[in-house]
Amino acid sequence: MTFWLLLTVNSITFGGLLFLLSAGFSLIFGLMRIPNLTHGSMFMVGAYLGTTFLSGTLGFTLDFWAAAVIAALEVAILGALMERLLLRRLAGQQLAQVLVTLGVSFMVADLCLMGWGGDPISVATPAGLGGFVRAGPAVFPLYRIAVIGIAVVFAVALWLMLERTRLGAMIRAGVDDPQMARVVGIRVSQLFTIVFGLGAGLAGFAGMIGGPILSVYPGLDQDMLPLALVVVILGGTGSLLGSFVGSIIVGFIYNFGQALLPELAYFVLFLPMVLVLVLRPQGLFGGQVL
Amino acid sequence: MANKNALCLRDIDAFYGDSHVLQKVSLTLGEGRLLGLLGRNGAGKSTCMNVTVGLLPPRAGAVEVLGAAVTRLPPEAIAARGVALVPQGRRVFKSLTVRENLMVAARDVLPGTRHQPWTAQTVFAMFPRLAERATQMAGYLSGGEQQMLAIGRALMANPRVLLMDEPSEGLAPQIVAEVMATIRKLKESGLSIVLVEQSPKLVFDIADDIVILNSGRVAVVSTAAELKAGAVDLRQHLGVF
Repeated sequence: MTFWLLLTVNSITFGGLLFLLSAGFSLIFGLMRIPNLTHGSMFMVGAYLGTTFLSGTLGFTLDFWAAAVIAALEVAILGALMERLLLRRLAGQQLAQVLVTLGVSFMVADLCLMGWGGDPISVATPAGLGGFVRAGPAVFPLYRIAVIGIAVVFAVALWLMLERTRLGAMIRAGVDDPQMARVVGIRVSQLFTIVFGLGAGLAGFAGMIGGPILSVYPGLDQDMLPLALVVVILGGTGSLLGSFVGSIIVGFIYNFGQALLPELAYFVLFLPMVLVLVLRPQGLFGGQVL
Repeated sequence: MANKNALCLRDIDAFYGDSHVLQKVSLTLGEGRLLGLLGRNGAGKSTCMNVTVGLLPPRAGAVEVLGAAVTRLPPEAIAARGVALVPQGRRVFKSLTVRENLMVAARDVLPGTRHQPWTAQTVFAMFPRLAERATQMAGYLSGGEQQMLAIGRALMANPRVLLMDEPSEGLAPQIVAEVMATIRKLKESGLSIVLVEQSPKLVFDIADDIVILNSGRVAVVSTAAELKAGAVDLRQHLGVF
Protein backbone atom coordinates (compact mmCIF):
# COMPACT_ATOMS: atom_id res chain seq x y z
CA MET A 1 0.00 0.00 0.00
CA THR A 2 2.75 2.41 1.00
CA PHE A 3 4.61 1.44 -2.15
CA TRP A 4 1.64 2.31 -4.33
CA LEU A 5 1.03 5.61 -2.55
CA LEU A 6 4.63 6.62 -2.92
CA LEU A 7 4.62 5.63 -6.56
CA THR A 8 1.48 7.69 -7.09
CA VAL A 9 2.97 10.78 -5.47
CA ASN A 10 6.15 10.34 -7.51
CA SER A 11 4.07 10.05 -10.66
CA ILE A 12 2.19 13.25 -9.96
CA THR A 13 5.41 15.07 -9.07
CA PHE A 14 7.03 13.90 -12.27
CA GLY A 15 3.88 14.89 -14.15
CA GLY A 16 4.17 18.37 -12.66
CA LEU A 17 7.75 18.68 -13.89
CA LEU A 18 6.71 17.42 -17.29
CA PHE A 19 3.98 20.03 -17.40
CA LEU A 20 6.49 22.84 -16.81
CA LEU A 21 8.61 21.35 -19.57
CA SER A 22 5.92 20.58 -22.10
CA ALA A 23 3.54 23.55 -21.72
CA GLY A 24 6.05 25.69 -23.59
CA PHE A 25 6.82 22.95 -26.10
CA SER A 26 3.14 22.62 -26.84
CA LEU A 27 2.48 26.36 -27.15
CA ILE A 28 5.49 26.78 -29.43
CA PHE A 29 4.34 23.97 -31.66
CA GLY A 30 0.72 25.11 -31.62
CA LEU A 31 1.55 28.69 -32.53
CA MET A 32 4.65 28.40 -34.69
CA ARG A 33 4.44 24.82 -35.98
CA ILE A 34 8.05 24.38 -34.91
CA PRO A 35 8.91 21.07 -33.25
CA ASN A 36 11.54 22.56 -30.96
CA LEU A 37 14.00 19.73 -30.43
CA THR A 38 16.14 21.97 -28.22
CA HIS A 39 13.46 21.89 -25.55
CA GLY A 40 15.28 19.15 -23.62
CA SER A 41 18.46 21.20 -23.91
CA MET A 42 16.68 24.20 -22.39
CA PHE A 43 15.69 21.98 -19.45
CA MET A 44 19.27 20.76 -19.00
CA VAL A 45 20.88 24.19 -19.43
CA GLY A 46 18.49 25.64 -16.86
CA ALA A 47 19.57 22.99 -14.41
CA TYR A 48 23.29 23.46 -15.12
CA LEU A 49 23.08 27.23 -14.81
CA GLY A 50 21.08 26.92 -11.62
CA THR A 51 23.58 24.53 -10.01
CA THR A 52 26.35 26.95 -10.90
CA PHE A 53 24.62 29.72 -8.99
CA LEU A 54 24.30 27.35 -6.02
CA SER A 55 27.88 26.12 -6.09
CA GLY A 56 29.68 29.39 -5.48
CA THR A 57 32.16 28.90 -8.34
CA LEU A 58 31.18 32.33 -9.62
CA GLY A 59 32.32 33.94 -6.37
CA PHE A 60 28.80 34.26 -4.99
CA THR A 61 26.06 31.90 -3.97
CA LEU A 62 22.38 32.29 -4.64
CA ASP A 63 19.45 30.85 -2.81
CA PHE A 64 17.81 27.91 -4.66
CA TRP A 65 14.76 29.85 -5.80
CA ALA A 66 16.73 32.88 -6.96
CA ALA A 67 19.03 30.51 -8.87
CA ALA A 68 16.04 28.84 -10.51
CA VAL A 69 14.46 32.15 -11.53
CA ILE A 70 17.68 33.67 -12.88
CA ALA A 71 18.56 30.47 -14.74
CA ALA A 72 15.05 30.49 -16.23
CA LEU A 73 15.42 34.11 -17.37
CA GLU A 74 18.76 33.34 -18.98
CA VAL A 75 17.34 30.35 -20.80
CA ALA A 76 14.36 32.47 -21.88
CA ILE A 77 16.75 35.00 -23.43
CA LEU A 78 18.68 32.20 -25.16
CA GLY A 79 15.40 30.87 -26.53
CA ALA A 80 14.25 34.27 -27.76
CA LEU A 81 17.63 34.83 -29.44
CA MET A 82 17.47 31.44 -31.11
CA GLU A 83 14.02 32.27 -32.47
CA ARG A 84 15.10 35.68 -33.75
CA LEU A 85 18.45 34.67 -35.22
CA LEU A 86 17.88 31.14 -36.49
CA LEU A 87 14.29 29.97 -36.68
CA ARG A 88 12.94 33.27 -38.02
CA ARG A 89 14.96 32.66 -41.18
CA LEU A 90 13.45 29.22 -41.64
CA ALA A 91 9.80 30.19 -41.35
CA GLY A 92 7.58 27.56 -42.92
CA GLN A 93 10.42 25.13 -43.60
CA GLN A 94 9.61 22.47 -41.09
CA LEU A 95 12.32 19.99 -42.07
CA ALA A 96 14.97 22.71 -41.83
CA GLN A 97 13.63 23.72 -38.41
CA VAL A 98 13.75 20.15 -37.16
CA LEU A 99 17.31 19.75 -38.37
CA VAL A 100 18.47 23.08 -36.99
CA THR A 101 16.94 22.51 -33.55
CA LEU A 102 18.32 18.97 -33.50
CA GLY A 103 21.76 20.26 -34.47
CA VAL A 104 21.67 22.99 -31.85
CA SER A 105 20.66 20.46 -29.21
CA PHE A 106 23.77 18.38 -29.99
CA MET A 107 25.94 21.50 -29.90
CA VAL A 108 24.46 22.55 -26.58
CA ALA A 109 25.06 19.07 -25.19
CA ASP A 110 28.75 19.29 -26.16
CA LEU A 111 29.13 22.75 -24.69
CA CYS A 112 27.56 21.58 -21.42
CA LEU A 113 29.89 18.59 -21.35
CA MET A 114 32.82 20.96 -21.80
CA GLY A 115 31.59 23.43 -19.19
CA TRP A 116 30.27 21.15 -16.48
CA GLY A 117 32.06 17.85 -17.12
CA GLY A 118 30.70 14.34 -17.47
CA ASP A 119 29.83 13.58 -13.87
CA PRO A 120 26.30 13.97 -12.59
CA ILE A 121 25.84 17.00 -10.37
CA SER A 122 23.42 16.54 -7.54
CA VAL A 123 21.30 19.48 -6.48
CA ALA A 124 20.57 20.02 -2.82
CA THR A 125 16.92 20.26 -1.84
CA PRO A 126 16.08 23.90 -1.09
CA ALA A 127 16.21 24.97 2.53
CA GLY A 128 13.10 24.12 4.48
CA LEU A 129 11.86 21.48 2.04
CA GLY A 130 14.25 18.67 2.96
CA GLY A 131 11.78 17.10 5.37
CA PHE A 132 9.08 14.51 5.03
CA VAL A 133 5.34 14.45 5.21
CA ARG A 134 3.83 11.57 7.13
CA ALA A 135 0.44 10.27 6.05
CA GLY A 136 -0.40 7.17 8.05
CA PRO A 137 2.19 4.53 7.26
CA ALA A 138 3.51 6.42 4.23
CA VAL A 139 6.26 9.01 4.27
CA PHE A 140 6.60 11.47 1.40
CA PRO A 141 9.52 13.78 0.72
CA LEU A 142 8.22 17.30 1.30
CA TYR A 143 10.00 18.62 -1.79
CA ARG A 144 8.04 16.35 -4.10
CA ILE A 145 4.80 17.71 -2.71
CA ALA A 146 6.17 21.23 -3.21
CA VAL A 147 6.91 20.49 -6.88
CA ILE A 148 3.27 19.52 -7.37
CA GLY A 149 2.28 22.84 -5.82
CA ILE A 150 4.66 24.77 -8.09
CA ALA A 151 3.30 23.04 -11.17
CA VAL A 152 -0.27 23.85 -10.16
CA VAL A 153 0.63 27.51 -9.53
CA PHE A 154 2.27 27.75 -12.96
CA ALA A 155 -0.65 26.00 -14.62
CA VAL A 156 -3.05 28.53 -13.10
CA ALA A 157 -0.80 31.47 -13.98
CA LEU A 158 -0.43 30.30 -17.58
CA TRP A 159 -4.15 29.72 -17.83
CA LEU A 160 -4.86 33.23 -16.58
CA MET A 161 -2.33 34.69 -19.01
CA LEU A 162 -3.83 32.83 -21.95
CA GLU A 163 -7.46 33.20 -20.95
CA ARG A 164 -7.70 36.60 -19.32
CA THR A 165 -5.26 38.88 -21.12
CA ARG A 166 -5.20 40.45 -24.57
CA LEU A 167 -1.77 38.89 -25.16
CA GLY A 168 -3.25 35.50 -24.37
CA ALA A 169 -6.18 36.06 -26.72
CA MET A 170 -3.73 37.05 -29.45
CA ILE A 171 -1.71 33.88 -28.89
CA ARG A 172 -4.87 31.79 -29.12
CA ALA A 173 -5.92 33.65 -32.25
CA GLY A 174 -2.50 32.84 -33.70
CA VAL A 175 -2.93 29.16 -32.89
CA ASP A 176 -6.45 29.18 -34.36
CA ASP A 177 -5.63 30.81 -37.69
CA PRO A 178 -2.16 32.31 -38.03
CA GLN A 179 -2.88 33.89 -41.43
CA MET A 180 -6.05 35.59 -40.29
CA ALA A 181 -4.33 36.73 -37.10
CA ARG A 182 -1.81 38.61 -39.22
CA VAL A 183 -4.53 40.03 -41.44
CA VAL A 184 -6.32 41.55 -38.45
CA GLY A 185 -3.03 43.20 -37.56
CA ILE A 186 -1.65 40.98 -34.81
CA ARG A 187 2.12 41.08 -34.96
CA VAL A 188 2.51 37.35 -34.96
CA SER A 189 6.29 37.52 -35.26
CA GLN A 190 6.51 39.32 -31.92
CA LEU A 191 4.25 36.70 -30.41
CA PHE A 192 6.62 34.04 -31.74
CA THR A 193 9.56 35.55 -29.88
CA ILE A 194 7.55 36.00 -26.69
CA VAL A 195 6.16 32.48 -26.76
CA PHE A 196 9.48 30.92 -27.66
CA GLY A 197 11.23 32.79 -24.85
CA LEU A 198 8.46 31.92 -22.41
CA GLY A 199 8.55 28.25 -23.37
CA ALA A 200 12.33 28.09 -23.10
CA GLY A 201 12.27 29.87 -19.75
CA LEU A 202 9.67 27.48 -18.38
CA ALA A 203 11.78 24.53 -19.52
CA GLY A 204 14.87 26.03 -17.88
CA PHE A 205 12.94 26.61 -14.68
CA ALA A 206 11.67 23.04 -14.77
CA GLY A 207 15.26 21.81 -15.15
CA MET A 208 16.33 23.50 -11.94
CA ILE A 209 13.17 22.53 -10.07
CA GLY A 210 13.73 18.96 -11.19
CA GLY A 211 17.39 19.08 -10.09
CA PRO A 212 16.91 17.78 -6.54
CA ILE A 213 14.93 14.83 -7.93
CA LEU A 214 16.71 13.98 -11.18
CA SER A 215 20.14 15.61 -10.62
CA VAL A 216 21.90 17.04 -13.67
CA TYR A 217 23.97 14.92 -16.05
CA PRO A 218 25.00 14.72 -19.69
CA GLY A 219 22.11 13.19 -21.57
CA LEU A 220 19.43 14.70 -19.35
CA ASP A 221 18.28 16.67 -22.39
CA GLN A 222 17.77 13.57 -24.49
CA ASP A 223 16.04 11.84 -21.57
CA MET A 224 13.49 14.63 -21.24
CA LEU A 225 12.78 15.56 -24.86
CA PRO A 226 10.95 12.32 -25.80
CA LEU A 227 8.79 12.69 -22.70
CA ALA A 228 7.77 16.20 -23.76
CA LEU A 229 7.02 14.86 -27.23
CA VAL A 230 4.80 12.12 -25.84
CA VAL A 231 2.98 14.60 -23.59
CA VAL A 232 2.27 16.94 -26.46
CA ILE A 233 1.16 14.21 -28.82
CA LEU A 234 -1.14 12.75 -26.17
CA GLY A 235 -2.57 16.11 -25.13
CA GLY A 236 -2.65 17.79 -28.52
CA THR A 237 -0.50 20.69 -29.64
CA GLY A 238 -1.21 24.18 -28.46
CA SER A 239 -3.50 22.99 -25.70
CA LEU A 240 -2.65 23.96 -22.13
CA LEU A 241 -5.22 21.59 -20.70
CA GLY A 242 -3.86 18.89 -22.99
CA SER A 243 -0.33 19.48 -21.71
CA PHE A 244 -1.53 19.26 -18.14
CA VAL A 245 -3.53 16.07 -18.56
CA GLY A 246 -0.89 14.58 -20.86
CA SER A 247 1.86 15.33 -18.33
CA ILE A 248 0.02 13.62 -15.51
CA ILE A 249 -0.73 10.60 -17.71
CA VAL A 250 2.89 10.33 -18.82
CA GLY A 251 4.06 10.85 -15.23
CA PHE A 252 2.03 7.80 -14.21
CA ILE A 253 2.95 5.67 -17.20
CA TYR A 254 6.64 6.45 -16.82
CA ASN A 255 6.87 5.83 -13.08
CA PHE A 256 4.60 2.81 -12.97
CA GLY A 257 6.23 1.42 -16.09
CA GLN A 258 9.70 1.72 -14.60
CA ALA A 259 8.61 0.19 -11.34
CA LEU A 260 6.56 -2.68 -12.70
CA LEU A 261 7.97 -3.42 -16.16
CA PRO A 262 11.40 -1.82 -16.09
CA GLU A 263 12.57 -3.63 -19.22
CA LEU A 264 9.53 -2.35 -21.13
CA ALA A 265 9.45 1.22 -19.75
CA TYR A 266 9.87 2.85 -23.14
CA PHE A 267 7.49 0.43 -24.80
CA VAL A 268 4.80 1.26 -22.28
CA LEU A 269 5.56 4.96 -22.66
CA PHE A 270 5.43 5.16 -26.42
CA LEU A 271 2.56 2.74 -27.00
CA PRO A 272 -0.12 5.28 -26.03
CA MET A 273 1.61 7.85 -28.25
CA VAL A 274 1.49 5.51 -31.22
CA LEU A 275 -2.16 4.69 -30.54
CA VAL A 276 -3.14 8.35 -30.26
CA LEU A 277 -1.27 9.23 -33.44
CA VAL A 278 -3.06 6.50 -35.36
CA LEU A 279 -6.52 6.83 -33.84
CA ARG A 280 -6.79 10.49 -32.84
CA PRO A 281 -3.96 12.42 -34.45
CA GLN A 282 -5.10 15.80 -33.15
CA GLY A 283 -4.41 14.53 -29.60
CA LEU A 284 -6.87 14.27 -26.76
CA PHE A 285 -7.38 18.05 -26.63
CA GLY A 286 -5.87 19.14 -29.91
CA GLY A 287 -6.88 22.20 -31.86
CA GLN A 288 -7.70 24.34 -28.87
CA VAL A 289 -5.31 26.21 -26.64
CA LEU A 290 -7.25 25.59 -23.46
CA MET B 1 -4.98 65.32 -57.01
CA ALA B 2 -7.78 66.39 -54.71
CA ASN B 3 -9.26 62.96 -54.19
CA LYS B 4 -6.69 60.22 -53.84
CA ASN B 5 -7.78 56.66 -54.31
CA ALA B 6 -8.49 54.48 -51.30
CA LEU B 7 -7.06 51.40 -52.98
CA CYS B 8 -5.30 50.79 -56.24
CA LEU B 9 -4.08 47.53 -57.75
CA ARG B 10 -1.83 48.08 -60.77
CA ASP B 11 -0.97 45.35 -63.25
CA ILE B 12 -0.91 42.61 -60.64
CA ASP B 13 0.56 39.25 -61.63
CA ALA B 14 0.07 36.58 -59.03
CA PHE B 15 0.77 32.86 -58.94
CA TYR B 16 -0.20 29.89 -56.84
CA GLY B 17 2.77 27.68 -57.55
CA ASP B 18 2.96 27.55 -61.35
CA SER B 19 -0.63 28.58 -61.85
CA HIS B 20 -0.91 32.15 -63.11
CA VAL B 21 -4.04 33.15 -61.22
CA LEU B 22 -3.99 36.93 -61.79
CA GLN B 23 -2.79 38.39 -65.07
CA LYS B 24 -2.18 42.14 -65.21
CA VAL B 25 -5.13 42.86 -62.97
CA SER B 26 -5.74 46.54 -62.22
CA LEU B 27 -8.55 48.03 -60.23
CA THR B 28 -9.22 51.29 -58.46
CA LEU B 29 -11.42 52.06 -55.48
CA GLY B 30 -12.19 55.74 -54.99
CA GLU B 31 -12.45 57.16 -51.49
CA GLY B 32 -15.92 56.70 -50.03
CA ARG B 33 -17.00 54.51 -52.94
CA LEU B 34 -18.13 50.93 -53.16
CA LEU B 35 -16.53 48.74 -55.77
CA GLY B 36 -18.33 45.52 -56.69
CA LEU B 37 -15.88 42.83 -57.76
CA LEU B 38 -17.68 40.13 -59.70
CA GLY B 39 -16.70 36.94 -61.43
CA ARG B 40 -17.28 33.21 -61.55
CA ASN B 41 -15.86 30.77 -59.08
CA GLY B 42 -12.11 30.72 -59.63
CA ALA B 43 -12.02 33.97 -61.58
CA GLY B 44 -9.46 35.39 -59.13
CA LYS B 45 -11.64 37.52 -56.86
CA SER B 46 -10.39 36.09 -53.58
CA THR B 47 -6.86 36.09 -54.92
CA CYS B 48 -7.19 39.85 -55.44
CA MET B 49 -8.18 40.15 -51.79
CA ASN B 50 -5.28 37.97 -50.65
CA VAL B 51 -2.85 40.06 -52.68
CA THR B 52 -4.27 43.27 -51.23
CA VAL B 53 -3.96 42.19 -47.59
CA GLY B 54 -0.48 40.77 -48.12
CA LEU B 55 -1.22 37.06 -47.81
CA LEU B 56 -0.11 36.44 -51.40
CA PRO B 57 2.73 38.72 -52.48
CA PRO B 58 2.29 39.50 -56.19
CA ARG B 59 5.09 38.57 -58.57
CA ALA B 60 4.68 41.84 -60.45
CA GLY B 61 2.60 44.98 -60.11
CA ALA B 62 1.86 47.37 -57.27
CA VAL B 63 -0.69 47.74 -54.50
CA GLU B 64 -1.36 51.23 -53.15
CA VAL B 65 -3.44 52.14 -50.13
CA LEU B 66 -4.40 55.81 -49.82
CA GLY B 67 -1.65 56.69 -52.23
CA ALA B 68 1.15 54.79 -50.44
CA ALA B 69 2.71 51.62 -51.85
CA VAL B 70 2.16 48.55 -49.68
CA THR B 71 3.26 45.94 -52.22
CA ARG B 72 4.91 42.96 -50.54
CA LEU B 73 4.54 44.40 -47.02
CA PRO B 74 3.59 41.75 -44.45
CA PRO B 75 -0.14 41.46 -43.65
CA GLU B 76 0.16 43.06 -40.21
CA ALA B 77 1.82 46.14 -41.75
CA ILE B 78 -0.90 46.44 -44.37
CA ALA B 79 -3.52 46.16 -41.62
CA ALA B 80 -1.77 49.03 -39.87
CA ARG B 81 -2.21 51.13 -43.04
CA GLY B 82 -5.97 50.84 -42.66
CA VAL B 83 -6.98 47.76 -44.67
CA ALA B 84 -9.36 45.25 -43.10
CA LEU B 85 -10.72 42.05 -44.58
CA VAL B 86 -13.95 40.17 -44.01
CA PRO B 87 -12.62 36.93 -45.45
CA GLN B 88 -14.38 34.29 -47.46
CA GLY B 89 -15.65 31.61 -45.10
CA ARG B 90 -15.66 34.19 -42.27
CA ARG B 91 -12.64 32.67 -40.47
CA VAL B 92 -13.55 33.95 -37.03
CA PHE B 93 -11.20 32.78 -34.28
CA LYS B 94 -13.23 29.81 -33.15
CA SER B 95 -11.64 29.26 -29.74
CA LEU B 96 -11.93 32.92 -28.79
CA THR B 97 -15.08 34.41 -27.35
CA VAL B 98 -17.05 36.91 -29.41
CA ARG B 99 -15.67 39.75 -27.33
CA GLU B 100 -12.10 38.46 -27.66
CA ASN B 101 -12.48 38.22 -31.42
CA LEU B 102 -13.25 41.93 -31.43
CA MET B 103 -10.61 42.79 -28.84
CA VAL B 104 -7.64 41.23 -30.66
CA ALA B 105 -8.43 43.22 -33.79
CA ALA B 106 -8.92 46.58 -32.05
CA ARG B 107 -6.78 49.40 -33.42
CA ASP B 108 -6.73 53.14 -32.91
CA VAL B 109 -8.23 55.42 -35.49
CA LEU B 110 -5.88 56.54 -38.25
CA PRO B 111 -5.49 60.27 -38.67
CA GLY B 112 -7.89 61.65 -41.25
CA THR B 113 -10.73 59.26 -40.47
CA ARG B 114 -14.10 60.95 -40.60
CA HIS B 115 -16.44 58.46 -38.98
CA GLN B 116 -16.94 57.72 -35.30
CA PRO B 117 -14.33 55.26 -34.03
CA TRP B 118 -15.50 51.66 -33.77
CA THR B 119 -15.37 50.01 -30.37
CA ALA B 120 -16.84 46.81 -28.97
CA GLN B 121 -19.81 48.94 -27.81
CA THR B 122 -20.56 50.37 -31.23
CA VAL B 123 -20.16 46.96 -32.89
CA PHE B 124 -22.53 45.44 -30.34
CA ALA B 125 -24.97 48.30 -30.94
CA MET B 126 -24.91 47.50 -34.66
CA PHE B 127 -25.26 43.73 -34.10
CA PRO B 128 -27.29 43.25 -30.91
CA ARG B 129 -27.19 39.50 -31.42
CA LEU B 130 -23.42 39.55 -30.92
CA ALA B 131 -23.86 41.44 -27.66
CA GLU B 132 -26.07 38.63 -26.36
CA ARG B 133 -23.32 36.14 -27.17
CA ALA B 134 -20.35 38.23 -26.11
CA THR B 135 -18.89 35.56 -23.84
CA GLN B 136 -19.57 32.58 -26.10
CA MET B 137 -16.90 30.87 -28.14
CA ALA B 138 -17.14 32.09 -31.72
CA GLY B 139 -17.06 28.50 -32.98
CA TYR B 140 -20.53 27.96 -31.51
CA LEU B 141 -22.17 30.84 -33.39
CA SER B 142 -24.49 30.30 -36.34
CA GLY B 143 -23.24 31.14 -39.82
CA GLY B 144 -25.02 34.48 -39.85
CA GLU B 145 -23.68 35.42 -36.44
CA GLN B 146 -20.16 34.44 -37.50
CA GLN B 147 -20.55 36.70 -40.52
CA MET B 148 -21.60 39.59 -38.30
CA LEU B 149 -18.63 38.87 -36.05
CA ALA B 150 -16.27 38.82 -39.03
CA ILE B 151 -17.63 42.22 -40.09
CA GLY B 152 -17.42 43.56 -36.54
CA ARG B 153 -13.86 42.27 -36.19
CA ALA B 154 -12.85 44.06 -39.39
CA LEU B 155 -14.49 47.29 -38.19
CA MET B 156 -12.63 47.14 -34.84
CA ALA B 157 -9.46 48.01 -36.73
CA ASN B 158 -11.12 51.29 -37.75
CA PRO B 159 -10.17 50.64 -41.37
CA ARG B 160 -10.04 53.12 -44.21
CA VAL B 161 -10.55 50.36 -46.76
CA LEU B 162 -12.88 47.45 -46.07
CA LEU B 163 -12.63 44.31 -48.20
CA MET B 164 -15.59 41.95 -48.03
CA ASP B 165 -15.13 38.58 -49.69
CA GLU B 166 -18.51 36.99 -50.44
CA PRO B 167 -20.22 38.00 -47.21
CA SER B 168 -23.52 36.50 -48.42
CA GLU B 169 -22.08 33.04 -49.04
CA GLY B 170 -24.00 30.25 -47.37
CA LEU B 171 -26.45 32.51 -45.53
CA ALA B 172 -30.25 32.41 -45.48
CA PRO B 173 -31.89 35.13 -47.63
CA GLN B 174 -33.12 37.04 -44.61
CA ILE B 175 -29.61 37.18 -43.14
CA VAL B 176 -28.20 38.19 -46.52
CA ALA B 177 -30.60 41.14 -46.52
CA GLU B 178 -29.40 42.09 -43.04
CA VAL B 179 -25.77 41.92 -44.12
CA MET B 180 -26.47 44.01 -47.19
CA ALA B 181 -28.25 46.61 -45.08
CA THR B 182 -25.17 46.76 -42.87
CA ILE B 183 -22.90 47.24 -45.87
CA ARG B 184 -25.13 50.08 -47.06
CA LYS B 185 -24.84 51.77 -43.66
CA LEU B 186 -21.07 51.40 -43.72
CA LYS B 187 -20.93 52.93 -47.16
CA GLU B 188 -23.06 55.84 -46.01
CA SER B 189 -20.62 56.39 -43.13
CA GLY B 190 -17.99 57.19 -45.77
CA LEU B 191 -16.02 53.94 -45.66
CA SER B 192 -14.40 52.81 -48.92
CA ILE B 193 -15.49 49.23 -49.63
CA VAL B 194 -14.66 46.43 -52.04
CA LEU B 195 -17.52 43.95 -52.15
CA VAL B 196 -16.73 40.60 -53.75
CA GLU B 197 -19.72 38.56 -54.84
CA GLN B 198 -20.68 35.96 -57.39
CA SER B 199 -24.19 37.27 -57.85
CA PRO B 200 -24.52 40.66 -59.58
CA LYS B 201 -28.06 41.09 -58.22
CA LEU B 202 -26.73 41.69 -54.73
CA VAL B 203 -24.11 44.13 -55.90
CA PHE B 204 -25.79 46.27 -58.53
CA ASP B 205 -28.09 48.11 -56.12
CA ILE B 206 -25.35 49.05 -53.72
CA ALA B 207 -22.16 49.45 -55.75
CA ASP B 208 -20.86 52.57 -57.48
CA ASP B 209 -18.30 50.89 -59.68
CA ILE B 210 -18.06 47.36 -60.98
CA VAL B 211 -15.08 45.27 -62.06
CA ILE B 212 -15.69 41.84 -63.51
CA LEU B 213 -12.90 39.27 -63.52
CA ASN B 214 -12.80 36.37 -65.94
CA SER B 215 -10.10 33.69 -65.70
CA GLY B 216 -7.69 35.91 -63.83
CA ARG B 217 -8.05 38.95 -66.08
CA VAL B 218 -10.12 42.08 -65.86
CA ALA B 219 -12.97 41.60 -68.33
CA VAL B 220 -15.19 44.59 -67.60
CA VAL B 221 -14.66 47.94 -65.87
CA SER B 222 -17.86 49.88 -65.58
CA THR B 223 -20.36 51.44 -63.23
CA ALA B 224 -23.34 49.77 -61.63
CA ALA B 225 -25.68 52.17 -63.40
CA GLU B 226 -24.33 51.29 -66.85
CA LEU B 227 -24.45 47.57 -66.22
CA LYS B 228 -27.97 47.73 -64.87
CA ALA B 229 -28.94 49.49 -68.08
CA GLY B 230 -27.63 46.47 -69.96
CA ALA B 231 -24.48 47.96 -71.43
CA VAL B 232 -22.61 44.63 -71.32
CA ASP B 233 -23.72 41.08 -71.90
CA LEU B 234 -23.05 39.78 -68.42
CA ARG B 235 -23.75 36.15 -69.24
CA GLN B 236 -20.51 35.99 -71.14
CA HIS B 237 -18.55 36.66 -67.95
CA LEU B 238 -20.76 35.51 -65.14
CA GLY B 239 -22.67 32.54 -66.53
CA VAL B 240 -26.32 31.96 -65.91
CA PHE B 241 -27.87 33.75 -62.97
